[in-house]
Amino acid sequence: MNCIIIDDEEMARAIIEQFTLQNNNLTLDAQFSDAIQAIKYLNQHHVDLIFLDIHMPTFSGFDLIQTLKDPPKIILTSSDRNFAIEAFEYDCIVDYLVKPITKERFDKAVNKAIQFKTPPTISKTEDSKEAKKDSENDLYVNIDRRLIKIDIPTIYLIEAKGDYILIKTSGKNYTVHSTLKKIEVKLPDDLFLKIHRSYIINIKKIIDIEDNSVLIEKDVIPVSRSNRPELMKRLNLL
Amino acid sequence: MKEQPNLSYINQLSGGDLAFEAKLISIVKRELPQEVEAYKKSLNDKKFQNAADHVHKLKHKISILGLELSYQLAIDYEEDLLNEDLSKQKEFEEVLQIMMRFVEELK
Repeated sequence: MNCIIIDDEEMARAIIEQFTLQNNNLTLDAQFSDAIQAIKYLNQHHVDLIFLDIHMPTFSGFDLIQTLKDPPKIILTSSDRNFAIEAFEYDCIVDYLVKPITKERFDKAVNKAIQFKTPPTISKTEDSKEAKKDSENDLYVNIDRRLIKIDIPTIYLIEAKGDYILIKTSGKNYTVHSTLKKIEVKLPDDLFLKIHRSYIINIKKIIDIEDNSVLIEKDVIPVSRSNRPELMKRLNLL
Repeated sequence: MKEQPNLSYINQLSGGDLAFEAKLISIVKRELPQEVEAYKKSLNDKKFQNAADHVHKLKHKISILGLELSYQLAIDYEEDLLNEDLSKQKEFEEVLQIMMRFVEELK
C-alpha cells in the first residue's frame, strides 16, 4: 500500500516515517505538515492509506476527511483519546493511534488497513434527500481542477478563511479557493444572508438566536451589529 | 523530587539505530523550544484556545521524554486553559523548564 503522512509536528512525522520504512507492506510517497498542501496532493495522486493527525492548526484532520470526495483508508493519530468515538463515525477510518505510538500498535493498525474494505457508497444525509434536485439548486466548486457539485439547500454555513472559504453542509465540508463576495451572488437571496464579514448562513437552518450570535447546526456564529436588522427582518417573528 | 525526563522511548524506538536516534534528538532539540515559545506567547496574549493547542502539542514531547505523571498534568491543564483557568500554570511550566534543561544537555 502506498501511503502519506499528514502531521504538523516534525517529531510525529519522523516516528511514523521510521515505522513505514520498517513495514514491508507500506511505501511512503509523501509527508505534509499542512492539510491544505495534502489536499492538493490527494487531488492529483492516488493514495491507499493516510496517517492523519487530528489536531492541526487551521484545518483539522476531520476537516480534511470531510473535504475529500472519495477518501482513502485513514489511520488517525492523536495525543488525545477523546476523539475516538467521533473517529469511527467515518467509514474510511481504519484505526486510531494514540501518541506516543509504539511499533507493535502501528503494525497492528497497518494489518487492519490491509484487511479493511471501504464501504462502496457514502450515506446521504436527511437534508440531501430532501433537497430539490433541480439544476438551479446545484453549485459547482473547483477544488484542485475538479468540479464538485454541492446541493445549495444543504449548505448551512460559509466561512471566510483567508484566501479560502469553508462551505459547510449537513454532510460534508468543502474548502474552496474563493471569496464570500463571489459565492454570495451565486446563492438564492431568500435562503442565504451575510450576518458578519466572515460568515454567510442559510437562514432556514438557524436553530436559535441569542444576543449577537446565531446557533446553526453545531456552530455558534457572531452577528455583526450592522447585519442584525436585516437578519431580524427575515425572521417570522411572533 | 520531580519526575525526570529520560530517553527510554527514543531508545526503544531506535532499536539501536544510532542515526535515527540522533535524528529524533535533533528534532526534539529544535522543536521543543519553538513549541514552548509559542505556548508562552499565546498565554501572554491571553489567547487561551491557542495556548491549549500548544499544550496539546507539547503533550507528545512530554510522553516521548517519558514523563508519565506530567502527561496527566498536561491533559488537565489543556482542559483548564479552555476555561481560562491558570491554576496549574506554575506546575506545568516547571515541567517545561525541566524538559528544556534536559534537552539542552542532549548531544
